[in-house]
Amino acid sequence: MPETITIEVWRYRPEQDSEPAWDSYEVPLRKEWAVLDGLNHIKDQLDGTLSYRWSCRMGICGSCGMTVNGEPKLSCSTFLTDYAPGPVRVEPMRNFPVIRDLVVEMGDFMAKLPTVKPWLVSGDDEPDEDAEYLQTPVEMDDYKRYSMCINCMLCYSACPVYALDPEFIGPAAIALAQRYNLDSRDAGAEDRRDVLASAEGVWACTFVGECSVACPKDVDPAGAIQRYKLTAATKAVKDLLLPRGAR
Amino acid sequence: MSTRDAASSEQRLYRPPVSLTWWLRKPSYLLFGLRELSSVFIAWFVVYLLMLVYAVSSGSAAYQDFLDLSANPLVLILNVIALAFVLLHTITWFGLAPKAMVLRLGARRVPPGVILAAHYAAWLVVSAVVAWVILR
Ligand code: SF4
Ligand code: FES
Repeated sequence: MPETITIEVWRYRPEQDSEPAWDSYEVPLRKEWAVLDGLNHIKDQLDGTLSYRWSCRMGICGSCGMTVNGEPKLSCSTFLTDYAPGPVRVEPMRNFPVIRDLVVEMGDFMAKLPTVKPWLVSGDDEPDEDAEYLQTPVEMDDYKRYSMCINCMLCYSACPVYALDPEFIGPAAIALAQRYNLDSRDAGAEDRRDVLASAEGVWACTFVGECSVACPKDVDPAGAIQRYKLTAATKAVKDLLLPRGAR
Repeated sequence: MSTRDAASSEQRLYRPPVSLTWWLRKPSYLLFGLRELSSVFIAWFVVYLLMLVYAVSSGSAAYQDFLDLSANPLVLILNVIALAFVLLHTITWFGLAPKAMVLRLGARRVPPGVILAAHYAAWLVVSAVVAWVILR
């Protein structure tokens, strides 16, 4: 194994650059080092001006998403040795405006997320404070996968539909809506329907499937979207054919 | 940071341009483009079918004209290409079905492979019925 590896970092410094540029750094190649460790080495030892986000270093917080050699990755869970002998190219996540270096602007997702009401909507007007809402393991299985999302945005970065149509609510927001829709304790499916079943909702998706490939948490947002398409279509047909009471 | 600083740094966001060749970057992106394109050929098949129905209902001379048109090499080539696109559309559509349909038998989920196989089986049955009606 070589002693070092070159990391090429996409740089954008708004106060001095009008265009982005590439900077190259030599960092030690260690078996236990992720791309994020390489960046931390650069920041501590070589160039303190480099900006990027991270926190947990263990694939939990979802803040270290980047484009590594062209693929959307969590930089804390992507190991340098997998790219030896290098170079490793690190860019900001695609499909987002860049604030600085590897730091992207996610305001768009933050604005869209609450529109799908990602919380438990109670069916009762006056829920009993002390009531327990029990759930069987089978009922929990229905939505558990979708609840694993860490809002890392790698799925948006991988999605060509989101690149072409920024109005698309996007994979994670829809997966999170399904996380609540499929929860036996939730009564909000009808509230979420207008947004989910719209042209900017599930119907914008043409099943490229790259979101599910990119997802580090195996959430399968593509599956969540396809499943809701069937739900939305079934509901629309029922609305058309059945009298109000029977729906 | 003052509010003004925040606002001015916001104005200098860099928006990377979408490259013209983004769809060549991954096979799945190319497939996505081709599948979008397949809708044009599906529309052509609908038109072609309507032409056939119209020709059949307008008597044998019109039907003969339709057959002559269909034998034209250009139309033949178009139809072969269209068939390829329709097959692409159908196969990718079936591939998606097990994702959309989550069926349960009791507490157990019907495996995705079974749902996929059921779609192909249904396709086969419908094709056999159509072939029987036409060829009998
Ligand atoms: S669905 Fe997966 S890829 Fe998308 S934000 Fe959630 S964890 Fe990240
Ligand atoms: S640093 Fe938290 S997910 Fe990578």
